[in-house]
Amino acid sequence: MIELCGITKAFGKNQVLQGVDLLVSKGESLVVIGGSGTGKSVLLKCILGIVTADSGDILLNGTPMDRDAFLQDFGMLFQGGALFDSLPVWHNIAFRQRQGKVRLTKLQAIELAVEKLRRVGLKPETAFLHPAELSGGMQKRVGLARAIASDPSVIFFDEPTTGLDPIMAGVINELIREIVVEMGATSITITHDMSSVRAIADTVAMLHDGKVRWQGKAADIDTSSDPYLDQFINGRADGPIEGVR
Amino acid sequence: MQVILIINGFLASIGRSVLALLASIGRLVVFMADSISHIFRPPFYPVEFLQQLLRIGYFSLPVVGLTTLFTGGALALQIYAGGARFNAESVVPSIVAIGMVRELGPVLAGLMVAGRVGASIAAEIGTMRVTEQIDALTTLSTNPIKYLVVPRILAATLAMPVLVLIGDIIGVMGGYLVGVYRLDFNSAAYISNSVDFLERGDVTSGLIKAAVFGFIVAVMGCYNGFRSERGAQGVGQATTNAVVSASILILASNYLLTELLFPA
Repeated sequence: MIELCGITKAFGKNQVLQGVDLLVSKGESLVVIGGSGTGKSVLLKCILGIVTADSGDILLNGTPMDRDAFLQDFGMLFQGGALFDSLPVWHNIAFRQRQGKVRLTKLQAIELAVEKLRRVGLKPETAFLHPAELSGGMQKRVGLARAIASDPSVIFFDEPTTGLDPIMAGVINELIREIVVEMGATSITITHDMSSVRAIADTVAMLHDGKVRWQGKAADIDTSSDPYLDQFINGRADGPIEGVR
Repeated sequence: MQVILIINGFLASIGRSVLALLASIGRLVVFMADSISHIFRPPFYPVEFLQQLLRIGYFSLPVVGLTTLFTGGALALQIYAGGARFNAESVVPSIVAIGMVRELGPVLAGLMVAGRVGASIAAEIGTMRVTEQIDALTTLSTNPIKYLVVPRILAATLAMPVLVLIGDIIGVMGGYLVGVYRLDFNSAAYISNSVDFLERGDVTSGLIKAAVFGFIVAVMGCYNGFRSERGAQGVGQATTNAVVSASILILASNYLLTELLFPA
């Protein structure tokens, strides 16, 4: 269980997070939605310790999070894939397993990579290509394979369908849902793609003005009666959320 | 009243610039201290270190070799022309050797490596920063300083003295070629004059300088790469900053090291 209590973060005079409270239960898939610049990515980076929150608590199973221990059992799919250009696909996927005291041999690492590539629908020969030789959709799948390589109990997905065509976006959404259910992992996804929300989410939280504006079950988003959520999920220009024209 | 406001504004802008400069120096010192402390703490990445040794050391050899070869030749011509004004043409071999080993070898190699390696380190790490590869390293339980910075700093610091030593030999050889085939020096006399006047301290001081310059190049490349922002423009800026700051620091530290190693 991951619990965020009163997280605040400012960059100069720009107060991005203004007291975010959020709860993700074990095995739950939470999707955080919100417009661009509402602090969704900053929120994820605060949990990971990449950005230090100005105030507030981040708890894991009720105790303050030990980040090193947390990251040992964690996987993440980045918006742009964030694959290491200089390494072949197999090394990208088995990167964690090739570090540390007990590391896989090259052969074992390739076997692991091929197994994870199969899981995300890619052929074994992809393992020997470099990220620059892959299409955007393939890069996302390899990123997904890397995220699940250590069978983590917590996975974060940062804009998993950004830059993909609708069919590939649908494939990635389905893969994420299948993998999360199959592994029983706790997941947090940030997106503003409503098809992802409907495919992936058990629960949804909407960020607006640096706070959680609405949180509830995915099935309830169409009947929430919250004007902010309603405007966002229906993509209307008119409403309480100001658009930049 | 208007004058006071203008003076206030002027002083405030000076204050802001000084504070920004101090903040930058502070960040650089913290980054350097952090990097140095990680050199001695496991885990270590020997494969990455060897890769960097090859990239920074071996692949910089042609550019350093050519630079010192032509500089050695030009130096011989200049000293010959200058020495001819007071009948001291015979000092060409010794001055070329001392000048190359003490000063020109390390400084020119440092500047060339700053251009070649410093820029490449800043561009590579900067690209990794803006494409979230550095964040990805963190999420894969890998410390980016240990994995990216330490191997580069160690490799540059250790490779530069070797590069400079080879550059020194090539530079003296450049002087020898010009001296013997253009200025009609006797070959054996040229070599003997070069070696006889050279002291061990001349060579070691050049190598100490080289190690310091290598450290500067790698630290400035990594630091600017890590602080890169705003896409392609940010990476370009980081690359420029890395080369300019490393070059200035090399020239400044060269003066300080010369004062220290050869007090007047």
